[in-house]
Amino acid sequence: MKQSISFTLNGKSVTIEAHPMQPLLYALRDDADAVGTKYGCGEGECGACTVILNDELVMSCLVPAVQAEGARVETIEGLADANELHAVQQAFLESGGAQCGICTPGMIMAGVHHLRHPERAPGGVPEALEGNLCRCTGYTRIFTAMKRAKEILSANGTAP
Amino acid sequence: MSITTEKELKFVGKSVLRKEGIDKVTGRAQYIDDVKTPGALYGKTLRSKIACGRIKSISFGGNIPWNEFTIVDARDVPYNRVMLIESDQPVLCDGVVLHKEEPILLIAHEDAGLVEEALRAITVEYEKEPGVFEIGQGKVLKQYDIEEGDWQKEFANAEVVFEGEYRTGAQEHVYIETNGFIAQWDGDNITVHGSHQCPYYVHKALKYAFKLQDHQVNVVQMTTGGGFGGKEDFPSVVAIHAALLARKARRPVRLIYDRAEDMASSTKRHPSLSRVRTACTKDGVLRAIEFNFYIDGGAYVTLSPVVLSRGILHSFGPYKWPAAKLHAQCYFTNSPPYGAFRGFGAPQSIFAIEAHMTALADHLGMDPAELRRKNFIHRGDAMPTGQIVEETPNMEALMDRALELSDYKRKRGAWKRGSGKGIGLSTFMHGTGFTGSGEVYLASRVGIATTRNGGAEVRVSSTEIGQGTETVFAQIAAEALGIDVAKVSFRRPETKVVPNSGPTVASRTCSIVGRLVQRAAEKMKQRLAGADIGHHYAEHGEAYEEVEYVPRPGLVWDDNTYKGSAYGAFSWSVNVVEVDVDPVTAMPKVHTLTSTVDIGTIINPVLAYGQVEGGIAQAIGWSTCENVVLKEGLMENHHLTNYVIPTAADAAKIVVEFMPNPYSEGAFGAKGVGELPMDGPGPAIVSAINDAINARFTHIPLMPEEMLK
Repeated sequence: MKQSISFTLNGKSVTIEAHPMQPLLYALRDDADAVGTKYGCGEGECGACTVILNDELVMSCLVPAVQAEGARVETIEGLADANELHAVQQAFLESGGAQCGICTPGMIMAGVHHLRHPERAPGGVPEALEGNLCRCTGYTRIFTAMKRAKEILSANGTAP
Repeated sequence: MSITTEKELKFVGKSVLRKEGIDKVTGRAQYIDDVKTPGALYGKTLRSKIACGRIKSISFGGNIPWNEFTIVDARDVPYNRVMLIESDQPVLCDGVVLHKEEPILLIAHEDAGLVEEALRAITVEYEKEPGVFEIGQGKVLKQYDIEEGDWQKEFANAEVVFEGEYRTGAQEHVYIETNGFIAQWDGDNITVHGSHQCPYYVHKALKYAFKLQDHQVNVVQMTTGGGFGGKEDFPSVVAIHAALLARKARRPVRLIYDRAEDMASSTKRHPSLSRVRTACTKDGVLRAIEFNFYIDGGAYVTLSPVVLSRGILHSFGPYKWPAAKLHAQCYFTNSPPYGAFRGFGAPQSIFAIEAHMTALADHLGMDPAELRRKNFIHRGDAMPTGQIVEETPNMEALMDRALELSDYKRKRGAWKRGSGKGIGLSTFMHGTGFTGSGEVYLASRVGIATTRNGGAEVRVSSTEIGQGTETVFAQIAAEALGIDVAKVSFRRPETKVVPNSGPTVASRTCSIVGRLVQRAAEKMKQRLAGADIGHHYAEHGEAYEEVEYVPRPGLVWDDNTYKGSAYGAFSWSVNVVEVDVDPVTAMPKVHTLTSTVDIGTIINPVLAYGQVEGGIAQAIGWSTCENVVLKEGLMENHHLTNYVIPTAADAAKIVVEFMPNPYSEGAFGAKGVGELPMDGPGPAIVSAINDAINARFTHIPLMPEEMLK
C-alpha cells in the first residue's frame, strides 16, 4: 500500500505517495522528479545513489522511503545555486573528476559530506569516497578535485 | 601536413573544460533511465538457464494477468539475426540454446513490479546437451597465421630457446550505467534512444532485424555512463529487443537492465591462453618468436575475429624479430559471447609477451630493462607483419624516463627477491585506429555546420562516453576554424542527423576522426574565405561541409596474407609498477605505477591524463582483484557484491608523463590514447609480485588466495 511521505528535499517540503518500503532512490527518481541521483547496482555496493539524509551519508537504494519521513534529504540537485556551482562541483569540473558522469552525483555528495565532517573518515579522502565506485578516472583526478574544492572553499571563506 | 608547434595553437594542448561537464556535475545530464516516457511499458527479458540444448516447452503460470502483457518470441522477429560481422546470432532463441542467459522471450507491461513477478512465473523446459567450455575443445571461430623470415632455422641454431605459457581471465566492464534503450515506433519508422558507443552499429542491426530502409531507423545516443567496449556491440541486442516489444505493444517500451542482468548477460573481455617460444643469443639478442594465441569467443561470432586480429598483431611487442611465426585461434564455446573491452585483444597478447620477456631476462640472468633495451624496434625496422616502422618509436627515452621517475635501479637493488616489496616493468605499444584496411572500409565521414551565433557545430556519430569527445572535437574545430572554442557545439549523435564517422572504438576518435574534424573545419574556413560566420549565416543560412577518410598513401594491408601496415601509427609506453605484498594475507598493493607515454600531440592534458589513469586503474583491477568466476560459461559472480573492482581506498599512486611524438596523419599530431594504458600494467604487476614473493606466476587475475598456496 502506498502512503504519504513528507520530507524536505534540498530545502523544499515535498510530499510523495510511495510504498513505505520502496527504496528512497526510486521515491526520489520516480515520485519526487529528482533524477540526478543514479541507480548503479541496487545493492549498496557502487554508491551512485548516494544522498545525504539528516546529515548522514546514505545509499538511497538501501534506505526505505519511509525513513525519509520528516527528514532533511540533500541530493545533487540542491548543491548549486542559480548562478554558481558548489565548490566541489566546480572542482570536479576543473580537475577532470567527472568523466562519464554517472557516478558523479553520488561521488560529489560523498565529497561534500566529507568536507563537512572530515573527522568521520580518519583516513581522509580515499576512505571517505571508498563507498563510491568510479570506473573511468582511477580516482586520481577525483582526489585532485577534492584538494581543489578545499582551496576554493577556503579562498571564498564558505562552508561546504 | 598541418602540424604546427604548440606555441602557435590557441586551444589544442589546453585543458579546456569538459563541454558537457556542468551538466554532469549538477546531475542534469540525461541518461536513458532519466528520460520520462508517459504511457510506456516496462520490458524484461526471459533468459536461458542452461548453456546448451533445446527448448521443449514454455509455460505461463502463476496468478498473472497474461492477457495484459505484450509477449514477444522468435516468431515476432522479421529477420531473427543480430547483424554485425556475421549474422549467426539470433535476436531471440528459436528452439536452440547456445549459452546461459541467452534471450528467449520478451515481456512488457505498464507495471514494472508486475513484469518482474511475471518473469518468475514463466517456466521453460529444456532438453540439455553437453556444452563446450574450454579453449581448444570446440569449433574454431577464426584463425590467423603470420610468418616472417626463416624461423625454423633460427630456432634450430639458437643459443637459447625459452618458452612459457600465459593466461588472462575474463573481465567485466562495470560501466556504472547499465545498458538500456527506449523504443518508439511512428508507423513503420523506429526511433530508439539509449546508452551506447556506436550509433550506426545499432542502426544497422535494427535495419536488418526489421527489414527496414536506412531512413526508417533513427538511433539517438543519450548521455552514456561508461562503455569501455561493453557498449560497442551488445547494445544492438537491447535496442532490437526494445523495438520488438514496442512494435507489438504499439506503445513506447523501456528496456533498462538491472546490474545483475547486465553483468550476467553482457559481453566480457575474452579469456586467453598464449604459448610463447623465443630464440635468442646468450647475451639476449632476440632472433625469433613463435607465438600461439588462443581466445574463447563464446557462442556467437560477434566481434571475436577482430579481437583475435588485434591480439596477434600486438603479440610481438615493441621489439625487433628477425623471424616470427604467429598463430592465432579463437574458439566457439557455450559462454555468452565475449566482446570488445578496452584494448581489444592486445592486453591479452601483450600480457604474454611482456611476462615472457621478464621471465626470459631472469633465465638469462639479465635485468629485464636491459634485455628490452637491447631489442627495441626503431624507425626503418620491419615488424613481423612486414610493416616498416615509419615513425620514431623512442622506446629507450620512454624507458629511461620511467626508470628515472620510479627510481627503478635503486629499488631493484635494494628490494631483495622475496622481501615483500617488488618492482616490475613492461614496454609496449598500441596501434591507433582500425586494423589494416578497416579504416578504408569504414570510410568515415564528418560534418561541420555554421551556426546562427557565429559558431560551428560538429556532426559526427562518434560518441561522448566519458573520454571527452565533445571537448577535444570542439578544440580541434575551433583551432582549425580560428574561432573561440566556446562557439563550437557538438550535435548529439542521432543517425538521422549526423554522418557516419564510424564507431567509437579502437582509440580512433581523437586521432583519426579528430583529423577529419580538422579537415572539415579547414574546408569550412576556405569556403568562408575570411567572412564572419554570424554574418555569413545571416546572409546565406547554414553552411555545411563534409569530408571523408582518405588513407595515407603507402598504407597498404593485405587481408589474405595478413601482411602490410597493420596500423597507421602506434602509441608507445613504458610502465614501472611497485607493489607491496602483505606477508599475512598475501594481499598485493600496487602503491605506485609510473607510466611514460607517447600518444602524439596532447589535445587536452586533463582529459588525456584522465584516459591514461583510468585505463591503468582498470588494468590493475583486471590483474589483481577482478576475478570472473565462470560456471558452464556464465559469470557466476555477476553482482558488485562479489565481483570487486578497485575503490578509492585501493587507488594506486599513478604517475604519468607524456613524451609526445606527433603523428602527421592524426588530428594536430594526435595518436590513439584510450586503450594503450590497459596494455601494460598486467605483466608489470605480475612481475613485481613474483619479485616480492619469489614466485613465478604467469597469469592474471592473480588472487591473494593463490599466492598463499
